[in-house]
Amino acid sequence: MVIDKRQAASGPVAFRLDHGSGLPTYLQLVQQVEHALRLGLLGPGDQLPTVKEMVESLAINPNTVMKAYRELEHRGLAAGRPGQGTFIKAKLQRVSDAQQAALAQRLAAWMRDAAATGLDDLSITAMFDAVLRARHEYQDGVSA
Amino acid sequence: MTALEACALSKRYHSICALSDCSLMIPPGSVTALVGPNGAGKTTLLHLAVGLRRPTAGSIRVLDGLVPGSPGALRGVGFVAQEAPLYRKLSVAGMLHVARNLNPVWDGAYAVGRIDQLGIPLNAMVGALPGGHQAQLALTIALAKRPRLLLLDEPLAGLDPLARHEFLGVLMAAVAADGMSVIFSSHVLAELERICDHLVLLSRGRVQLAGPVDAVLAGHQVLTGPSDRVTSLPATMAPIRIAQSDAQAHLLVRTRNGREPIPAGFVVQPAVLEELVLAYLSEPYATALPGPEPASSFGPTR
Repeated sequence: MVIDKRQAASGPVAFRLDHGSGLPTYLQLVQQVEHALRLGLLGPGDQLPTVKEMVESLAINPNTVMKAYRELEHRGLAAGRPGQGTFIKAKLQRVSDAQQAALAQRLAAWMRDAAATGLDDLSITAMFDAVLRARHEYQDGVSA
Repeated sequence: MTALEACALSKRYHSICALSDCSLMIPPGSVTALVGPNGAGKTTLLHLAVGLRRPTAGSIRVLDGLVPGSPGALRGVGFVAQEAPLYRKLSVAGMLHVARNLNPVWDGAYAVGRIDQLGIPLNAMVGALPGGHQAQLALTIALAKRPRLLLLDEPLAGLDPLARHEFLGVLMAAVAADGMSVIFSSHVLAELERICDHLVLLSRGRVQLAGPVDAVLAGHQVLTGPSDRVTSLPATMAPIRIAQSDAQAHLLVRTRNGREPIPAGFVVQPAVLEELVLAYLSEPYATALPGPEPASSFGPTR
């Protein structure tokens, strides 16, 4: 038997947090909105949960939700309407299966090269993360 | 605009110095965690802020200059002492009735709605409620007086994970709804990063570290490198050991902008709040306090 004392989310997306992922909380929220957009669970005009609803169900600081919504606005995916809330504004461009397969193939080739130099899985993951982080820092620097 | 401001605040109990020379500035609308080992002075600081005790020296003001305990401060400040102070022999409804008569401002609809939503029966005896419900009842009463500053002393102690989650959810919803400031003392480090945007670390009656969480994190890094080169690190980094073996050391160091040259042989990683707090707690004399920043540059940052 499943006992769920929590209220059902009012919007189409239910959010969850992985506190061990190392990814900042606001980015986890951003990613889950993007994911829901890609899956078509969210579309233009849909309202995101209010900040109060979000913080009550997730028990997180309100600033974190506001930061996530600002980031979604910054990415052109959502827009705030004064006194009403935050709404989805754009569709996310879908990456086709063929495009995804091509990208995965190139990544696999890079990993073969990395493994050939003697890097193990952990080192490869660490390098991937480091380059990704550096890329975000560069982008943040450009947009700031 | 300040939620709380302390200036050279000291409190002695006979020969024991509970707080000494504490200066702090906490902006409105912030959620501040008050962290420190037992006996660091957390409860004393909260009691001074509510007006339950008077400072031995220095000053403390709440809500833009109000003296703690003055009529204005009593109206604007809510306080939940350790272990949910409630009349345990009253029913829940009776407890709400008492609270309504003790507080000039009382949002009864909010209180009853909240209790109902939590599934707490109004006719139950307060003392018979599970710990989580007692904590929620104390929080509900504190929130129903619509404080602009809410002080909580160890509100999470003794709550199971679900009760903790629900308690913090209600608290954060109140912050989101009307911009209330919260200062709470806690030993539960894991929750801090999600809940608080400001941090005050007390140690042996002194402020060891204080500021917005983002700024505190941005001001520190973790360096990993050979143990024999630790002494060659510049003094401005003020390294604190996290872990060290004969060969390798992990150190928490200060950074101005994260762009200083990394000493040879060391690898740098971003600081994590829980680890940072633990490192400071383990070295009570280390201090990262450049003095309280002026109020203008001390606003919420996230």
